[in-house]
Amino acid sequence: MSDAFVISITGLEFRWRAAGPPVLAIDRLAIARGERVFIRGASGSGKSTLLSLLGGVTTPQRGEVHVLGHPLHALGAAQRDRFRADHVGFVFQMFNLLPYLSVLENVMLPCRFSKQRRERARLRSCGVEREARRLLAHLDMDDALLAAPAAELSIGQQQRVAAARALIGAPEIVIADEPTSALDADRRAAFLRLLEQECAEQGSTLLFVSHDPALEPLFDRTVALADINRITA
Amino acid sequence: MAILTLALKSLWNRRYTALLTLLAIALSVALLLGVERVRTEARQSFANTISGTDLVVGARSGSIQLLLYSVFRIGNATNNISWQSYREIAQRPEVAWTIPISLGDSHRGYRVMGTTIDYFEHYRYGRKQPLVMAEGRRFAELYDAVLGAEVAKELNYRLGQTIVLAHGAGDVSFVEHADKPFRVVGILKPTGTPVDRTVHVSLEAIEAIHSDGWMGGVPSLAAAAPDLTPRAITAFLVGLKSKTAVFRVQRFVNDYREEPLLAVLPGVALQELWDAMGVAEQVLLAISGFVVLVGLTGMITVLLAGLRERRREMAILRALGARPGQVFLLLVCEAGSLALAGVMAGMALLYLLLFAIRPVIEAQFGLHLGLDAPSAHELTIAGLVVACGFVVGALPAWRAYRYALADGMTIRL
Repeated sequence: MSDAFVISITGLEFRWRAAGPPVLAIDRLAIARGERVFIRGASGSGKSTLLSLLGGVTTPQRGEVHVLGHPLHALGAAQRDRFRADHVGFVFQMFNLLPYLSVLENVMLPCRFSKQRRERARLRSCGVEREARRLLAHLDMDDALLAAPAAELSIGQQQRVAAARALIGAPEIVIADEPTSALDADRRAAFLRLLEQECAEQGSTLLFVSHDPALEPLFDRTVALADINRITA
Repeated sequence: MAILTLALKSLWNRRYTALLTLLAIALSVALLLGVERVRTEARQSFANTISGTDLVVGARSGSIQLLLYSVFRIGNATNNISWQSYREIAQRPEVAWTIPISLGDSHRGYRVMGTTIDYFEHYRYGRKQPLVMAEGRRFAELYDAVLGAEVAKELNYRLGQTIVLAHGAGDVSFVEHADKPFRVVGILKPTGTPVDRTVHVSLEAIEAIHSDGWMGGVPSLAAAAPDLTPRAITAFLVGLKSKTAVFRVQRFVNDYREEPLLAVLPGVALQELWDAMGVAEQVLLAISGFVVLVGLTGMITVLLAGLRERRREMAILRALGARPGQVFLLLVCEAGSLALAGVMAGMALLYLLLFAIRPVIEAQFGLHLGLDAPSAHELTIAGLVVACGFVVGALPAWRAYRYALADGMTIRL
């Protein structure tokens, strides 16, 4: 494993139940720092499982998962939760936000769980709330919406808020799981541009997971899950 | 801290359901604390009814019955005590003072008690407090009456007013001593005891209105006849020179040969009487305890029912790095905050209710309900309910914890 790699997976095998069949088996996957990687996979190809492993929510039965030099396969549950809070920002397909918090509160939420991200946000904008406002402004969010409850936003707006939340406190890795599937084509491209721009600005590695090959050209590199996963659904 | 604010905001988001749950808890807590307060106040005022009296003596019956009619003015005596017997016991060397009591008449529903000046001198209630005149003086003339505070207040009587006593204890009596009106010469300060509901006259006056005249309805000149020594009294209270003599005097009274008498220690009889009513009191307390349980059960039901829709929320929190323990804590905090708010609302409700019904309770039952700050005992109960809220909140929290572990951050909906 080299320091150049943010993510390094070797000889990984994962099954949901100890006696069940393996769902994911990857011999080798390495992603370099600052890379923008498109991970292509149809639903059921083990995408979600891979993301869970990278986020440290689950651990493989066999093999090693190194992320930012942390051996996630060997860490305890609390350490993995801590790792995720500090180093990984997530954007999901939809329903990313807590409906009972305002837009601004949703964006600041990761800083409640991670001191490191709180500190970084503070360093960057002299305050967590100011950093949240800065990110939201960069992502073209109207100021008038910041105090609104998250439930009142359109889907496109919700995804931009989710992106700001994934980016706050400059986590080293941003993982986006089909974040644009609910958006139309124009908005999809605009959203991606904003996301990539922000990731580049704060030096985050972007993993973009989707089934849609049309988006491939926008990324540095494509990893087809079907090619690296020895288990085929 | 982060989790607590999240919990509060989440509750606020579901404020209508939360408010209903809170209301259920508030009502149950108000009921529980209300019952508890009435219970303590009743016990207190009960124990305060009489003090400083060493023995209560009456015709032989049950000790509770004796206490009821002699002290609480409830029910009637089965028999009287002859004046001779009373004098003999009163003159024993151990006896410091006695207060004879003669009951049987009433005035507009209030009991009339014939007694002597010694009553004002020696009767004590509460923490050995003496009777104090609010206005006027003790009775001196034959047809003088001294009113308890409540009698004067309810019937709007003032000094100098004339009142007519009725035979028997009923509210409405057909035999009135109309020919011998009494004059109100004194009104006592409130005591919170049955004294407040009593019309006090002299023993001689009782004798005078019963000796003659009233049956024919024609005023008799003989009513003013000099010999008004009572032939019998209903009961008497005894104060001893030394407490150590109490059992000796009690035995003397109980073994009295001339007529069957009974002497009881008021403290012991009060306890017996309270214990007799204690079952009802315990049942009431248990019921209100169960009502609180129902309130808390309602809360878990609401939290559990909402949990399924909130799996997504848990998954988002997990993705942001929340530990399963924090998800657990979130739910426990929600339950605990609901319980705490419910208890506080319940206490507010209780004071509001107390404030509203206090005059009625005092007028109807003579029970003085204080608006004092919650006692340590009540705070303990309130704290216990909040603690129960946290504990029962562990059930939905445990479910959420299981979801959080099983779902991880993969959201399948």
